Amino acid sequence: MILIIIGVLAGIISGMGIGGGTLVVPALTMFCGTEQLQAQGLNLLYFIPTATVALCSHVKNKRVETENLWYIIISGLILAVAGSFIALSLDQGILRKAFGCFLLLMGAWEILKKPR
Amino acid sequence: MQIITIIIKHPFGNYSSERVFSMRKAASSALGAAIGIINGVFGAGAGAFCVFGLEKFLKLEDKRAHSTAIAVILPLTVVSAAVICFKTEIDWGMALKLSAGGIIGGFLGAKLFAKISSIWLNRIFGVIMIAAAVQMIFKVN
Repeated sequence: MILIIIGVLAGIISGMGIGGGTLVVPALTMFCGTEQLQAQGLNLLYFIPTATVALCSHVKNKRVETENLWYIIISGLILAVAGSFIALSLDQGILRKAFGCFLLLMGAWEILKKPR
Repeated sequence: MQIITIIIKHPFGNYSSERVFSMRKAASSALGAAIGIINGVFGAGAGAFCVFGLEKFLKLEDKRAHSTAIAVILPLTVVSAAVICFKTEIDWGMALKLSAGGIIGGFLGAKLFAKISSIWLNRIFGVIMIAAAVQMIFKVN
């Protein structure tokens, strides 16, 4: 049940594009005792259907910018594969701490962001 | 970094439109590379970083950046997930429950998206993210 609740809450945040995924990983490691790599894998899997639903709505409302989109996606795809192999090769404790540092930066940015 | 700085300072001025266009392509590719690494290594958070990059370097407006970020992250997530699934034992029961919640939430989130002013949401999530980050950094193995 807690998994479904985490899913719904994170889905709402992801759908709004505020970074639900960044909260799924710590939620899983904290409340479900999941290992870091497993939590990351679950977050990736969970994001696929969730984002597909949200993306359909955004595409329908023409909110997606297509200029240069393929350049971002293609270079991103190559490095995403490389990054995944890096994650697999790292010690789980180190991976978790690195993730924590990254989360700290993203959190600071969310707070300091200026309203438009 | 140099390329990016030039775009910020001179979005259109001083350069022919063709040059600006190719620099936007270069900046887009560089942004994609950074997003790809984050998505692969951390399996999360690349979306938030993508929004940041789209707003800062490619000058997309807030809501457009959020929507476009999802279009960028989705294909990257598919390949990252494929690599992780191939190499580790994934608990598919957990994945299924999370996704079931996620589909409902994703639908609601996209509907709410157009109506909500996000600045306070951003701040609240920022605080939660920092709290989670501190916990993750200091947790003993």
